[in-house]
Amino acid sequence: MNAPVQMRKPKETGVPDNKKYLHPLMAKNYGNWKYHDRPRPGVLHHVAHSGDEIWSVRAGTQRQMDVYTIRKLCDIADKFAEGRVRFTIRSNIEYMVSDEKKVAPLIAELEKNGFPVGGTGNSVTMIAHTQGWLHCDIPGTDASGVVKALMDELYDEFRREEMPNRVHLSTSCCEINCGGQADLAIIVQHTKPPVINHDLVANVCERPAVVARCPVAAIRPAMVNGKPSLEIDESKCMCCGACYPPCPPMQINDPENSKLAIWVGGKNSNARGKPTFMKMVASGLPNNAPRWPEVAEVVKKILHVYKEDARPWERLADWIDRIGWPRFFEKTGLPFTKYLIDDWRGSRANLNSSTHIRF
Amino acid sequence: MAKKMHDTPNLDKLESGPWPSFVTGLKELAKDKDYVVDLLGQLETSYQTKKGYWKGGTVGVFGYGGGVIPRFTELKDEKGQPKFKDAAEFHTLRVMPPPGMHYDTDTLRKFCDLWEKHGSGLIAFHGQSGDIMFQGATTENVQKAFDEINEMGFDLGGAGPAVRTSMSCVGAARCEQSCYDEAKTHRAVLNTFLDDIHRPSLPYKFKFKFSGCPNDCMNSVQRSDMAVIGTWRDNIRTDEALAKKWFAKHGMDELVNDVVARCPTKTFQVKELKKIKGGEHISTVAVSDTHGVEIDNRDCVRCMHCINVMTGALAPGKDKGATVLVGGKSHLKIGGLLGTVIIPFMKLDTDEEMDKLVDFAQRTIDFFAENALEHERTGEMIERIGLATFLEAMEIDADPAMVNSPRMNPYVRTDGWDDEVAKINAHKSKKQQAA
Repeated sequence: MNAPVQMRKPKETGVPDNKKYLHPLMAKNYGNWKYHDRPRPGVLHHVAHSGDEIWSVRAGTQRQMDVYTIRKLCDIADKFAEGRVRFTIRSNIEYMVSDEKKVAPLIAELEKNGFPVGGTGNSVTMIAHTQGWLHCDIPGTDASGVVKALMDELYDEFRREEMPNRVHLSTSCCEINCGGQADLAIIVQHTKPPVINHDLVANVCERPAVVARCPVAAIRPAMVNGKPSLEIDESKCMCCGACYPPCPPMQINDPENSKLAIWVGGKNSNARGKPTFMKMVASGLPNNAPRWPEVAEVVKKILHVYKEDARPWERLADWIDRIGWPRFFEKTGLPFTKYLIDDWRGSRANLNSSTHIRF
Repeated sequence: MAKKMHDTPNLDKLESGPWPSFVTGLKELAKDKDYVVDLLGQLETSYQTKKGYWKGGTVGVFGYGGGVIPRFTELKDEKGQPKFKDAAEFHTLRVMPPPGMHYDTDTLRKFCDLWEKHGSGLIAFHGQSGDIMFQGATTENVQKAFDEINEMGFDLGGAGPAVRTSMSCVGAARCEQSCYDEAKTHRAVLNTFLDDIHRPSLPYKFKFKFSGCPNDCMNSVQRSDMAVIGTWRDNIRTDEALAKKWFAKHGMDELVNDVVARCPTKTFQVKELKKIKGGEHISTVAVSDTHGVEIDNRDCVRCMHCINVMTGALAPGKDKGATVLVGGKSHLKIGGLLGTVIIPFMKLDTDEEMDKLVDFAQRTIDFFAENALEHERTGEMIERIGLATFLEAMEIDADPAMVNSPRMNPYVRTDGWDDEVAKINAHKSKKQQAA
C-alpha cells in the first residue's frame, strides 16, 4: 500500500503587513504628511511635516497583465523608484521617487514602454472593470476589450488634467455591476427574459433558491415536458439576469438582445454633496465587439458636454444638479424615454414634486 | 515554442491604439504556452458569438473552502470534447494584497516566476474586491501555485458566501488626509475573520473597506457591508503660509466660486480680516493682507471639499477617528444601497480602541450569520428588520446622526416611548457620573 499523500496545510496568515513594501520615505513619514500638489498631470508631490518630499508618478496599465509586462514595470521600479511600487484602486501603477530629478526620466521611460502617465486630479482616469468573456461564468460582454477600446479613445484625457473635476469610469458585463459606481458607467442591460433549457434545470439548479433569487417574483416551479423545471411570468420579468448565476440553464445572454446602457452621476466621495448612486441615461446600445464604437460615441459625447459646460470642481453629478436633467438630455442629445422613469422601490423620491423646473 | 496560434481577427483589432493592450500581452504568453494559445482561441470565439463559455465548479486548495474561482470550458465540439482542450480548465486564485497595495519588485518578480511555471502567466492587479488575481491554472496546478504563494507570506482571499478580501487606501503611508491607521485597522479586522474568509458559511458575502477620510477613495459607502471612513471631531487646521500661497496663485474669484459657494453647509466664509471672529469652534486663516477665511466647525459636515481644494492651507483636525457605516451593496436583489451610519465617531488610535471596532464587526457578522436570509446582504437584512432592531441587537443607542430626517409618517406603535426616554436619561446620567 502506498503511504497516504501528505497534503501541505495552509498557513493561515491573512492580510500581509505592508510595512516592508513601503518606499523608505513613506515608511519614515508614515502618518505625518502635510500637503500635496500636482506639478503636472500624472505626478503627485507630497510634502511631510519633516520637510521630506516624495514624487509619485502614476501610469495606466492594462490590468490583466502578462508576466513580461509586470517584469518590465519592475525593471523601471528598480531603475528609478528604489524597487517599490503600488497600485491604485483603478489599476494604475504608482512609482515613488525621493528625488525630483528622477521624475522626468521616469516618465520618459514609462511612456517609451507604452505606459501612459496620467490619471491624477481632474483627468479621466482608468476604467474600473471586471472579467468578462476572459474569465467570468455569466458575462454579457467582455471587460478588458471594452476598456482597451475606450481608453484608446480617452487616452488624451487620461494624460491631461482638463476636466472640471476627476472622472471615474467603470464597466460591468452584467447587471450585477461588479465594476461599481462611477461618474460614468457602461453596464450590460438585457432586454429579453432568459431562455430556459428545461432538460437541464432539474439536474443543475436548486429550484427554490432560484425562485427566491428573483427580485420581482416572476419565477415559479413547473413541470415542463414531464420534467421538473421552472417557468417565468414574462409580463413580470424585467430581464435582470439574477436567476442566471444560480441556474445556468436560464440563459440570459443574447448576442442581439443583450444591450449596453450608460449610467452617470455616481460619486462615492462626501465632498460637497453626499455620496450618490448613478442614474441610467441611455440604453439599447449594441454589444458591438471588438471595439464598441456606438458606446464610445455616447461616452465621448457626454464627457465632451460635461467638459465644456461644467464649472471647476463640479463632478458629473454636481454639474447635473446645477443644470437639471432636462438640460442634460438637451445638451447631450440623448433621448429621455419612459424607461428612464424609475418605478422600483423608493422611486417616488426620484420624481419631481415641486415646480422647480428650468426653462 | 508553443503550438500554432488560432486566427484571432477580432482580438487583433484590440492591439492597435495607444493604451496598453492585454491582447498583445496574451500573445506574448502564447509564444511559449499552448495553454494561452487555446485561451485566445476561446476568447476569440466569444468575440465572434458574443457568448461566454466558462462555467464554475468545485476546485480548491487543501484546508480551505474558498478563494479559488473555478472555470471549466463549455465550448465543446459535437463529441462533447473541449474545442480548445489546452485551456479547458482556467481557474483563478484570489490572493489578498497588502493594505494600500504596496509591493516591492522582488515580490512581484516571484509572483511572475511562480505563475509562469504553474499558471497562464496572466495576473490582474487587482480585482474589484481588491484581490491579486492569478488568472488561469489547471486543477492540478492550483495547489502547487498556492503552496508557493502561501510560502511567500500571502494568503487566499474570499469567494462565495464569506467575508471577502478588503481594500484600504494609500492612507497614512502617503496621504495628508489620513484620519486613522488604515493599514493597521484593515489587518486587525480582516485577520480576525480568517475562518470566515477561508471557509464560506455565511448567508452571503460580507465586505469591509477602509478609507482614511471622507473622500472615500475605496468607494466603501457604495460597496461594502461595513465601511470604515476616517473623519475628525475638532476644528479644521490651518496654515497661513500655505493659505497665502494658494490665494496668490488662485485669487478671490476661485476662493469664492470654488470654495465658499461649494461648501454644503455654507459654514465657510471669506471676510475682511478685521471682521473675522475667533472662538472655540472657529478656524480662521488669513489668505492676504486684507482677507481671511472663517469656518464655524460646528456646522461643518467634514465633506473634505475645502480641504481638497486648499490642501495644506486647510487640513483635518487632530482629534481623528472614523465613522462606521453598515449595509452598502450593489444592485442585487433589492437595488443598490448606500451604507448607513451606525457609529458616528470612534477613536482608532490605540489597540483597545481598535479592539472595539473588531468587536463591533464580530457582533455584526454573528448577527448577520444568524438572522440574514440566504443570499441576503446586511443592507437588505437591515431594510427587512428595520434599523432600530439592528441597533438594539448591537446595543447601540439611536442617534440623529444615523438619519437624514426623523420619520415622515405616523405608522409606528409608540407605547414604549416613556421607557425609551427613561433609558436615554439613565444613559446620560451614567455618562455624566463617569465623566
